[in-house]
Amino acid sequence: MNATPNNIPKPTSVDLRALYAETNIGSLLTELDKDLVGLSPVKRRIREIASFLLVARARERLGFSSAPPTLHMAFTGNPGTGKTTVALRMAGILHRLGYSRKGHLVSVTRDDLVGQYIGHTAPKTREILKRAMGGVLFIDEAYYLYRPENEKDYGQEAIEILLQVMENQREDLTVILAGYTDRMNTFFQSNPGFRSRIAHHIDFPDYNNDELLQIAEKLAEEAEYRLSEGARKALGEYITLRRQQPNFANARSLRNAFDRARLRQAERLFQREGAISASELVTLEASDILASRVFKMDK
Amino acid sequence: MRVTQGTFSFLPDLTDEQIRAQIEYALGKGWALGIEFTDDPHPRNTYWEMWGQPMFDLRDAAGVMAELRACREATAEQYIRINAFDATRGFETVRLSFMVQRPATESGFRLQREESAGRVVRYTLQRR
Repeated sequence: MNATPNNIPKPTSVDLRALYAETNIGSLLTELDKDLVGLSPVKRRIREIASFLLVARARERLGFSSAPPTLHMAFTGNPGTGKTTVALRMAGILHRLGYSRKGHLVSVTRDDLVGQYIGHTAPKTREILKRAMGGVLFIDEAYYLYRPENEKDYGQEAIEILLQVMENQREDLTVILAGYTDRMNTFFQSNPGFRSRIAHHIDFPDYNNDELLQIAEKLAEEAEYRLSEGARKALGEYITLRRQQPNFANARSLRNAFDRARLRQAERLFQREGAISASELVTLEASDILASRVFKMDK
Repeated sequence: MRVTQGTFSFLPDLTDEQIRAQIEYALGKGWALGIEFTDDPHPRNTYWEMWGQPMFDLRDAAGVMAELRACREATAEQYIRINAFDATRGFETVRLSFMVQRPATESGFRLQREESAGRVVRYTLQRR
């Protein structure tokens, strides 16, 4: 690693700004700020981690101790708060900073790791781990790995292999566990090995109504749709009502609502006679949103 | 007698770093990697024992190197080779195969002659 020959004097200072520019990490962080609405505590933590890794790089250049830092993370938060999206970005950030050789993300759930018969789990888990090496392994809904109600469950085996690799091959692989806050807490309580091997616990807060509206507008923009003034107002009401109902999944609920509004818009246009203008094709009207189940349940 | 089969076998044994570089090259080409071992390196012995299953969809050499380490621990005095399989239509074959371990002392082979009908002599290689 530190292949500085003895006859060359070690540098005694390092320019963090230059290192920052060199890794091109700035653009990635700005992009993160721009693309993701809200999530300010998450963004702050990511900035902290990025600067920490940058400093670690600088230390390494000056020849200070450079044991690879533990980078395993846990993302906790309610459904639809952007855990997977941020994990994808994280893989990019780690790659730019040189802490992930390939920078790819392998996203798995319990089914990919745990087998169905005795002796089936270990090869399965190992295969996934090998595939994730050089990148980031993202385990969604990680608490399913551990099933306390069944002591013969093979999940424990997968956990043991994971822990071993997380400890011994830290420079080959970064593991990110994700799941809903309360269930992850129970998971960590029953698996103290995990808690201690994870350096960064990041909690994803729920979005507030304004942020959700912004997200909806962003979704529409990406899909080349436009919300009329009335539709925007209706969507605001929709968010307030939807939040009170069960199974509210933040941005994911909004995406579903948007998809259904598109369906209704298509139907509305199809029913009408005559030519359709371009602006009509891209505009979602209030009626497309007000037809939602959410408003009917209220009445 | 030094067994020479597969790529690089007339060169000095590859170091781990060189093996890793070769694996990275194969992965870059999209080839699947497999590890095989045997105690019978006879040139006619095509089918070596497989160490686990071939590894598909890898992105980094670390996974193969970990398997190779495990294989070496289990088969200290045997031959190990790494095969890189190209699944592209038209190739569908092993594109690169090289040895990554050989026993400290290799016994080599002896030429065996067999008298046959008339004055025909048949030759075969036999392990010493």
